[in-house]
Amino acid sequence: MSPEISRREFLCVVAGCAAAAAAGGCSDVTHTPYFRDNFRDLSKDEVAALVADLERDLSAKYGKDVEVSAQGPRAGVQFAYALDISRCIGCRRCVYGCVEENNQSRDPQVHWIRVLEMDKERGIDFHEANPYYDAETVPRPGHFYLPVACQQCENPPCVKSCPVGATWRDDDGIVVIDYDWCIGCRCCVSACPYGARRFNWGEPTLPAEEMNPKVHVLGNRPRQKGCVEKCTFCVHRVREGRYPRCVEVCPTGARKFGNLLDPSSEIRYVLEHKRVVVLKNELNTRPRFFYFFG
Amino acid sequence: MTSPRPAARPLAPTALVALVVALATTGCGEPAVHAPLPQAPAADGAAVVPVDEMKFEVPPPPFSSPDVFPCSECHDAELPPNPKRRALTMAHEDVVLHHDEEHRWCLDCHDAQDRDMLRLANGTLVRFEESYRLCGQCHGDKYRDWRAGVHGRRTGSWDGPKQYLLCVHCHNSHAPRFKPIPPRPAPVRPGSIR
Amino acid sequence: MPVAAHAASPALPAPAVGLWRSAADFLGHSVRAVLRGGPVYKAWVAGLLLVMGLGLWAYLRQLDRGLLSTAMRDQVSWGFYIGNFTFLVGVAAAAVLLVIPAYVYQWKPIKEVVILGELLAISSIVMCALFVLVDVGRPDRLWHLLPGIGRLNLPSSLLAWDVLVLNGYLVLNVVIVTYLLFSLFRRRHPSTRFFLPLVLFSIPAAIGIHTVTAFLYNGFAGRPFWNASILAPRFLASAFCSGPAVLLILMQLLRRFARFEIQDTAIWKVAELMAYAMFLNLFLLGAEVFKEVYSDTEHLVHMRYMFTGVDGSSAIVPWMWLSVACSIAAFVLFLVPRTRRHPVTLNLGCVLIFTGVYLEKGMGLVIPGLTPDTLGEIYEYFPTWNELAVAAGVFATGSLVFTLLVKVAAPILSGAARVEERSDQP
Repeated sequence: MSPEISRREFLCVVAGCAAAAAAGGCSDVTHTPYFRDNFRDLSKDEVAALVADLERDLSAKYGKDVEVSAQGPRAGVQFAYALDISRCIGCRRCVYGCVEENNQSRDPQVHWIRVLEMDKERGIDFHEANPYYDAETVPRPGHFYLPVACQQCENPPCVKSCPVGATWRDDDGIVVIDYDWCIGCRCCVSACPYGARRFNWGEPTLPAEEMNPKVHVLGNRPRQKGCVEKCTFCVHRVREGRYPRCVEVCPTGARKFGNLLDPSSEIRYVLEHKRVVVLKNELNTRPRFFYFFG
Repeated sequence: MTSPRPAARPLAPTALVALVVALATTGCGEPAVHAPLPQAPAADGAAVVPVDEMKFEVPPPPFSSPDVFPCSECHDAELPPNPKRRALTMAHEDVVLHHDEEHRWCLDCHDAQDRDMLRLANGTLVRFEESYRLCGQCHGDKYRDWRAGVHGRRTGSWDGPKQYLLCVHCHNSHAPRFKPIPPRPAPVRPGSIR
Repeated sequence: MPVAAHAASPALPAPAVGLWRSAADFLGHSVRAVLRGGPVYKAWVAGLLLVMGLGLWAYLRQLDRGLLSTAMRDQVSWGFYIGNFTFLVGVAAAAVLLVIPAYVYQWKPIKEVVILGELLAISSIVMCALFVLVDVGRPDRLWHLLPGIGRLNLPSSLLAWDVLVLNGYLVLNVVIVTYLLFSLFRRRHPSTRFFLPLVLFSIPAAIGIHTVTAFLYNGFAGRPFWNASILAPRFLASAFCSGPAVLLILMQLLRRFARFEIQDTAIWKVAELMAYAMFLNLFLLGAEVFKEVYSDTEHLVHMRYMFTGVDGSSAIVPWMWLSVACSIAAFVLFLVPRTRRHPVTLNLGCVLIFTGVYLEKGMGLVIPGLTPDTLGEIYEYFPTWNELAVAAGVFATGSLVFTLLVKVAAPILSGAARVEERSDQP
């Protein structure tokens, strides 16, 4: 809720946007006005202005026609995800598909999905897991694979811990981040029990020719140094009815996605017919990401 | 359970090509034999096949190109069927069966009289576009999962048209088990990020 | 009443000097005190400024490259900066240790030195704020934390609470110190009605700041090493044995260099109270070790990483054993009255306990909490030169703040600095 005189006007008058923009870091690719409020407090006009700013600046920077969406959650939709552990072969095509789709930094390398190789005899045991496996071919005998990304918890510890409210759970279940509001304190990184949140330790590099020009304000738009990012269930795709990229790219069909409120969805079928587990159940985070044995 | 299905219509050829190219490049697993992954679709577009009142739009099955299908071009009246179970030597010797080969052989699935059709256990003939009915006979749980969209690769929209693939688009019916594939590179270790 | 009983000036009637004139004089005295001094003072300040300059240069480098210039990565996302922050909150809280005997038990020898604790608290909070500043990824956005202008996520975010209570504690101490010094400067008795409640309030305030900081760690269910109820009591126990150690050394230095009069009994009483805190500190550590080792669950891996190493990763192990050895040795020295009173062993004990708690609460809390990470990965963190330089700059800044505060306060406390009488008062 913005006050009568918006914070933006007030502070712009007081401090002067120009000086603040200079202090705000030359690495800011979007030149978003420094005193913009938290995304949740923006009026419709301010969101439209934000989108216009982003489209202009991103198109200029990457030399493409960038489309920025600020689409909100749809009513009657609660997203959930299911991953078939018996079918994941650890090929990492989801990891790199996600990197391309979501404009992740190539150097320093940022991967939203981490595939853990585990021992079939030991079962799910994080202390014996290995995300750095390299092999001629996968799956390696005697091993199974567990990809981990943001679990989009119903009771997210990251949302609780953020001191400025830069991350929150949207109405369709996706936990999103306002990249312009995040102060980079990394409380959320400490809070997440799944290691899902990534921090931009350096200025992200994204080759222009590899940039995905269809972006969402709270999703896959290119981020800046010093803020946190993570999987958003491809918010720019799913809010338009499409599947996340990882679901479509997985060659064995191990990934399933859908609307929990639709009885005919794949995700409901999985929950009703398959043996389903969640990670770190005892922490009561209530993930929307289920692992099952097909 | 019923899913909302779009009215029967052929998939646009370009969409099919895109789908097939996507399949070919990402790979459903290399088959054991030399049968290539799905080629460009036939000119008449997709096949729409009815199953239990549900219609699945699927890309054309493998070997649909005029070079291969219809099989009856070779298997005609001049080539009488030989029902004796044996290893093939005159042709199709590249097809090595790794699919319950202890108990089954070619003519258990391929109809002896009409090579353009597949044969269910009760003798019913099905077209190659409906080959999932054949697979579903033994692999009932997979078939039910596939029908619900839970088995196999899923593309499309979670709240709109979904693209189905035939079993054979990913599994080589003669050697269905996926072969291991090379993984993409491991992530960089944190100590190496400078 | 906290009047410097050792002051030379007799109790004069309240002078007829107006408030604003006194304030101007006070400011004048402060500026002169800061700018003048002997060669030791000047050399000390120059050295601090040099280190601050180095720290600033290193920080600018970090701003440019991003936090990539530290050794922190996603797997260990907090490190040297936050470790120091945590330790310094403890030092700030420990200043209150002096307030309890001084004001609650009305023990006079300590009353005179209470203000030193408050000056130390102010310097420590300044360093805490600086360590947070250098650690965040977007310092230009710190205004997002300001309630009203930004969006402070209360009541659920512990860091939001920490921002409030630390700043509140800073303001409280600044008010207390300023009021006390200004009153003495004007030859007035500090008003009990105003002053005493503030000072008494600083006791729960001090406990509050360190408890909130402990809760910040405590609330992370995904980090089992921190998610233990014993964390808040441990924080307080370790704060109360390490913070006063700094004070003891500083008091002896001030006695020597600034001609501060501090009685031996005051020093010994502080040391005695520290001994109790040390025992509690060791006991709580022992309780933690027992729980992890005996229950032998997966969570033991963090303590194993600290004390034996895991899978060949053992960089932190010698530091942790050093910390335990220092803490035990300091406890023995402080427990025995003879060694507690002898200046050599007393100061040795102070250095030992400071080292022990610094290692245990700084690196020994943050790093094992994050190693192995939530997915079982071990990334061995050790601060880079950039981080060490920035931290040195922050410590130099805090030291400079403390030096300047003492330089202003000492003459007032000793009675040498008073507002000037003026004959032409209205």
